[in-house]
Amino acid sequence: MNVGLIIPPILALVLAPLLLGIINRTKAVFAGRVGSPLLQPYYDLRKLLGKGAVYSKTTTWVFRAGPIVSLAALVVATLIVPFGGCAAVLSFPGDLILFAYLLGLARLFTVLAALDTGSSFEDMGASREVLFSALAEPVLFLGIAALAREAGQVSLTHIPLADPRPFLSLTQVLVAVALLVVLLCENCRIPIDDPNTHLELTMIHEVMVLDHGGPDLAFILYGAALKLWLFGAVILSLLLPAMNLILGILLALAGMLVLAVLVGVIESTMARLRLLRVPQLLIGAATFSALALVLELGRNSP
Amino acid sequence: MSSINDLILVIFVLTNFSLLGASQMGACVRLSAAQGMLLCPLPLLLPQDGFSLRSLLFAVGLFAVKGIVFPRLLFRTLRTVNIRHEVEPFVGYTASLLAGIGILALSLWVAGGLQLPTSQQLSPLVLPIALSTILTGLFLIVGRRKALMQVVGYLVMENGIYIFGIAVAQEVPFLVETGILLDVFVAVFLMGIAIFHINRQFDHIDVEKLTSLKD
Repeated sequence: MNVGLIIPPILALVLAPLLLGIINRTKAVFAGRVGSPLLQPYYDLRKLLGKGAVYSKTTTWVFRAGPIVSLAALVVATLIVPFGGCAAVLSFPGDLILFAYLLGLARLFTVLAALDTGSSFEDMGASREVLFSALAEPVLFLGIAALAREAGQVSLTHIPLADPRPFLSLTQVLVAVALLVVLLCENCRIPIDDPNTHLELTMIHEVMVLDHGGPDLAFILYGAALKLWLFGAVILSLLLPAMNLILGILLALAGMLVLAVLVGVIESTMARLRLLRVPQLLIGAATFSALALVLELGRNSP
Repeated sequence: MSSINDLILVIFVLTNFSLLGASQMGACVRLSAAQGMLLCPLPLLLPQDGFSLRSLLFAVGLFAVKGIVFPRLLFRTLRTVNIRHEVEPFVGYTASLLAGIGILALSLWVAGGLQLPTSQQLSPLVLPIALSTILTGLFLIVGRRKALMQVVGYLVMENGIYIFGIAVAQEVPFLVETGILLDVFVAVFLMGIAIFHINRQFDHIDVEKLTSLKD
């Protein structure tokens, strides 16, 4: 087995929480604060893992399985996502669909665990999460379909390798914009959701995990970081030209840094949209993806 | 060369979508003006026509009329009628955007079946985008409540027909092009005056209520 293959998952597992640290630092700089240390998410995770967990008597095994299944699904997803010039450990035609639905499985169990508590507050968050992810999914699929059509490949690893070009094509730019919106939505970032609010009626993701504590919360936090990393890696691998191993990885790491700072800038400069406007934003992103697909279909048809 | 055309056309489609999603009439007027300005380089980029004095003059005229005169006329109307500057759609913004995607897909399908002598050198996307722009304009005319949006929809439709003309007819006589431009100018001018009078007579420019009028 090629040693290069295990680099993407290891990088993802080790560096994912750092992304959250970078985002928080960016926001702190914008707000004129010093901000928490870059490694703060790691400290949080260690602290949480050292604690015990408290479970409500009304909950069932679903509540306990939620964080574990979610994290497991995300860890499996790291195996099929390439990074920079590195191929993924597993790649086969159609693995992009497996990727989307591994994330879907993780989301399903978070939602089920939230519903299992029977708290109406958490149910509301669950309902919103499902609504918005249902709207985000077509954006993701239409966008990836456009790129797959352009490359003539249906595997996350092979799409970037098919057409090495120095410049981004129009399709790639459109899809990148659409996928950025999906990233913000899936990772509960402003303008869709505010990761900092714990007491507002408009929050989505944070409300679902209110009843988790200790190691479970650590799993959820780590899973969130991993999800952000995976989405970033997918976007970057679809956009960056194929290169040799070392250069590709360095470029992709720089790209992740830029992406994290970009998310931080978006969070600092924008307010969260009203909930009614969120579907409109996602449909807007869908128009970008659909346009990219139409562009590809129109170009290839005689 | 083809990538510049594609870029212009893609930005053009994006303006179509933002027109469908825009909630302020001022923004819609600006977007329709931007569309007109986007179109003027297209005749210059036609491969066989090339960079002649004729096409240059026409591009400048197009820019002046669609990019400067029309928005001024429409903004003046908007000021004089003095109403709320919201579009107030019959079909909601989200539904409009979805309809826009549907229109784009439909146009691609229809354009694929049409056997027209399109100028493939410009871009294979010209025909579907022209059709989708015409349909988007039609949708704006049907789906919006304020009479000013009907004018904007008419302008969008005209832009679509213009692209269609570029796609199908390689060589449109200069006289015809100028004539169309003049017609559109007069139409927008008259529609502005008509809207002003409708507003003065009835205190609104809501097209839904116009159906219940009697003489």
